[in-house]
Amino acid sequence: MNWTAIWVTFQLASLTAMALLIIGLPIAYWLTFSRWRWKFLVESVVALPLVLPPTVLGFYILVAIGPHSPVGRFYSDLVGHPLPFTFEGLLLASILYSLPFAVQPFAAAFEQVDRRLIEASWTLGVSKIATFFKLIVPLSMAGLVTGAVLSFAHTLGEFGVVLMVGGNIEGETRTVSIDIYDEVQALNYAGAAKTALLLVVVSYGVLLLVYAMNRKVWAVWPQR
Amino acid sequence: MATTLSLNCRKTFPGRLTIDAQLELPLDPPRVLILFGPSGSGKTTLLRCLAGLEQPEEGTIRFGLDLWVDVARHHFVSPQARHLGYMPQDYALFPTHTVTGNIEYGLSELSQDERRTRVSEVLALLQLQGLEQAKPRQLSGGQQQRVALARAIARRPQLLLLDEPLSALDAPTRGALCSELRSVLTRLKIPTVVVTHDWTEALTLGDHIAVMSEGKILQVGVPQAVFSRPANETVAQIVGVETVIQGQVSESENGIATVHVKGTAITALAVEGVGSSVYVCVRAEDVVLEQAGSGMTSARNHLPGLVSDMVPQGVMVQVTIDCGFPLTATITRGAVEDLRLVPGASVIAAIKAGAVHLVPRLAG
Repeated sequence: MNWTAIWVTFQLASLTAMALLIIGLPIAYWLTFSRWRWKFLVESVVALPLVLPPTVLGFYILVAIGPHSPVGRFYSDLVGHPLPFTFEGLLLASILYSLPFAVQPFAAAFEQVDRRLIEASWTLGVSKIATFFKLIVPLSMAGLVTGAVLSFAHTLGEFGVVLMVGGNIEGETRTVSIDIYDEVQALNYAGAAKTALLLVVVSYGVLLLVYAMNRKVWAVWPQR
Repeated sequence: MATTLSLNCRKTFPGRLTIDAQLELPLDPPRVLILFGPSGSGKTTLLRCLAGLEQPEEGTIRFGLDLWVDVARHHFVSPQARHLGYMPQDYALFPTHTVTGNIEYGLSELSQDERRTRVSEVLALLQLQGLEQAKPRQLSGGQQQRVALARAIARRPQLLLLDEPLSALDAPTRGALCSELRSVLTRLKIPTVVVTHDWTEALTLGDHIAVMSEGKILQVGVPQAVFSRPANETVAQIVGVETVIQGQVSESENGIATVHVKGTAITALAVEGVGSSVYVCVRAEDVVLEQAGSGMTSARNHLPGLVSDMVPQGVMVQVTIDCGFPLTATITRGAVEDLRLVPGASVIAAIKAGAVHLVPRLAG
């Protein structure tokens, strides 16, 4: 088994899940509590990775962070090397690709929090931000864990986006799914089978955890 | 400094209700104002406007020197900055926090020592000792209500807002907790606004009462005046109790109480937990008028008096009798003719003991 690929994948999935906890919470909060009438425009953008082919998403990310885009130029001026085909570039792509897998369970959990509790907190002089951390987060803990775990599991198995943005660089961007593909190309079915089995077992374990912990919270979109 | 609550609010709910309420009332010395009206009359919405949880479309809200809302100038003070105690109808206790956690939730600005003192103070005031570590779902309805009140008063708010504080409780608990709430409010000395649709609660808790119907405040005054002299027919219908008069319970035996009202002794059903100071309440339709000198009936109270006023109300006539105190009766036009009632005629008013309701009077 290619332990380097497994380690890269594990790192990528953990960092993606952590980043999505930080980025996804404010987005989910805004999606849940905003009364803006055009909110659905943002909701649809967040959900886009669910339906878009990974290659399409990967293509746009590649173009967006490439040397011909302002973002790509800014990054290479800052760091000294371009973003595509690096671990950081792959991380950025993974965050975008797994965004709905974090934001949707977060938003579903926030939706379940009784508004009257939030109002009670406000009238007790507790600011909106403090209310979020003191009240909303503890009440939606199951949904937060679900979102983090699902984005972790989803990143473990990504293929199309990795191939487009990350390429196939050993120890940098070669993930487990790419490794399996390479083994099959080289007709090494035994090697591919072992790695594939590992991925199935880990993914199944992660989903078991989510479903066992809370059956109510998981939903593709929050119920309205 | 007079703490005056002054509000002028307009808010529309398309197809349902338009709230258009004006009120100006000094709440100093600290007083309890009752917002009274049937469900759907807009009381809760008005209370939420006071709390800052709802924004009026037009108008101003002022409390003492603070301007809370001025829609014309886009001025809106957040609920956090109003320094209120707000108790919603279903209490909204935080399920993840213990009793202590709920009470000290809004006290994070205090030092730990102060916080601890404050919590034990309100725990003692509301007799919640021993429940400090319990979670809300382990508490009875009455205990939850006391925790919610404790949480609301722990910050020593400048205004206390209670939305139907007793309606989530079952009837026997409600009576006992109503008297308890009254004594707590008397001791707290915080200006308070209470929303209720129950007239016994209104009488027990209120120093002032504002009667609401269909989004409008129809009458404001001391409860006795509002109940006895409703400003118009709508108010009369809403309050439903025409005679409210102060009395003293002189004895209470075998479930029967004797109450003295302006020198007249009235027999009523005794109510547990009622002190000696009471409001004697009688509905006009429960008063039977008899010709002077007629025979016995089963009614325990026969009060001789003179007809002082007669107001026709559709097929009924509302007759006011002066029997030491004004007593209102509603009878049919036919009965008026049979009894040959005219202003000044002498008549006997009969009331069954069960139709005389005693409501504890708010002391102080």
